[in-house]
Amino acid sequence: MAELAAVVGIGQTRYKTRRGDVSMAGLLREAVDRALVDAGVEFADIDAVIIGKAPDMFEGVVMPESYLADALGAVGKPMMRVHTAGSVGGSTALVAASHVQSGTFKRVLAVTYEKQSESNAMWALSTPQPFAVHLNAGAGGYFAPIIREYIRRSGAPYNVGIKVAVKDRLHGARNPLAHLQLPDITEQEVEDSMMLWDPLRFLEACPSSDGACAMVISAADSVTGTKPPAWIRGGAMRSEPTMFAGREEVSPRAGRDCAADVYAQAGITHPRKDLDCAEIYVPFSWYEPMWLENLGFAGEGEGWKLTMEGATSLDAGGDIPWNCSGGVLCSNPIGASGMIRFAEAARQVRGDAGNHQVEGARLAMGHAYGGGAQFFAMWVVGADKP
Amino acid sequence: MAEQKEPVTGIKSPVYLHYRFTAGKAPTRFLTRLKEGVLTGQRCPRCSNVYIPPRGSCPACGVATEEEVTLGNKATVQSFTIVSIPIPGNIIEPPYVVANLVLDGANIAFIHLLSECVNEEIHIGQRVQAVWKPSEEWDYAMDNILYFKPLDEPDVPVDQIGHIPISGWRS
Repeated sequence: MAELAAVVGIGQTRYKTRRGDVSMAGLLREAVDRALVDAGVEFADIDAVIIGKAPDMFEGVVMPESYLADALGAVGKPMMRVHTAGSVGGSTALVAASHVQSGTFKRVLAVTYEKQSESNAMWALSTPQPFAVHLNAGAGGYFAPIIREYIRRSGAPYNVGIKVAVKDRLHGARNPLAHLQLPDITEQEVEDSMMLWDPLRFLEACPSSDGACAMVISAADSVTGTKPPAWIRGGAMRSEPTMFAGREEVSPRAGRDCAADVYAQAGITHPRKDLDCAEIYVPFSWYEPMWLENLGFAGEGEGWKLTMEGATSLDAGGDIPWNCSGGVLCSNPIGASGMIRFAEAARQVRGDAGNHQVEGARLAMGHAYGGGAQFFAMWVVGADKP
Repeated sequence: MAEQKEPVTGIKSPVYLHYRFTAGKAPTRFLTRLKEGVLTGQRCPRCSNVYIPPRGSCPACGVATEEEVTLGNKATVQSFTIVSIPIPGNIIEPPYVVANLVLDGANIAFIHLLSECVNEEIHIGQRVQAVWKPSEEWDYAMDNILYFKPLDEPDVPVDQIGHIPISGWRS
């Protein structure tokens, strides 16, 4: 990448079950206005707009970017829509960054959203296929057998997922934007919650949220605002087919390759040591130990031990806190969920993460995955200008 | 004077997308034989893996697949979940077991129901067999098979799941 780029503005809505008070355009505008204020710029200063969301079926509005152009100040400017399923929030940030890194634009607005209350995303994901039985029971139904296989091969105790569910909700209770606010949650409560897709319980799954997240990404010579920029030290995307013989579904190769690429760019050799914290896409509790291994924070079969030791917990004083914002387990406006990870990583290295700040964070990772865990997007941001 | 009414804040307006599915060569053959009560896959000329349902190409090698392979009714449980929520438009009542199954002779899993079993006893590596609807009800659909049921055969070791020959599993 030729030009250096940084996050100079971040804006998020409060995440909640239903934002009946605003339209889709109003929801996005809320996040965008906050990002522009944070960056100290106006629409006139933005060269291009990159927008992402999960499949159009989720709200039943096809090509919503066309109707949203006005609300996003994009009229007369280049605008681009990104589609990579649940990883789209991360991909949108990377596409926006690449338009600055390539030298094409000085300042790009990236925005993602979902308004899940306007439809039923879980069943929009479960459309009948003509040559398969119609048994798709949402994303949880798809991922539960893969989690079962992880538990079998790692020999992890049954309560690792329960531990993650509590940890991320306690993190979320520090973040006023988080959808689920469960400061008193207990492991017993998670264990007693309804088994939805065995081995996943209700409280081990993410909520359905409305919300939007926006970022202003600038070239190094066009940095604005009063807060420190978050320098983009590395970014990568990888994908693989959902179905092929011998596919490693527990620890997909696309995820491992994507992480290796990002670490090489950022000069990271030991992710657990070199990074101060990470915002990783964990929509179902067990994906924390699975991604700890896939992303090289722990050896194969060892990820669950970090979780059980409290290594990923801010409250337990862990050495590598994961999802200090509460993560996807607290807030899941699907299309925005990946960008929230990227933005929260940036907030950490800007020292602007409020009550969920990791003290002295200088280097942080944002991660998103999507589809049948076949799309990956990751970046590493730092406080130090490389 | 008009009666004071609650403001209308939203209405439900369902969206329907009806697709005309053009099957293509390989799925046409698959669906045609399915209607005759036979499961059919295709073998990749490069990696030799057998795919069902066949899509006319190998997703790993990116080459066209032509060779047809007739598969049997026996399969192995690769993994599974017990689902406690209903599927809209589906009469099946929770809890029900959805399993990733690999047919003998195939190298890729598909999902189907497991039934005639004790849910708590289902396990990875378990042997199962297809239970078909009466032949007069067969259509171009995978639900010609009602479900799979356990077989009284020894379990398949995990590292051999997905590598069982068409001739079947002998421990």
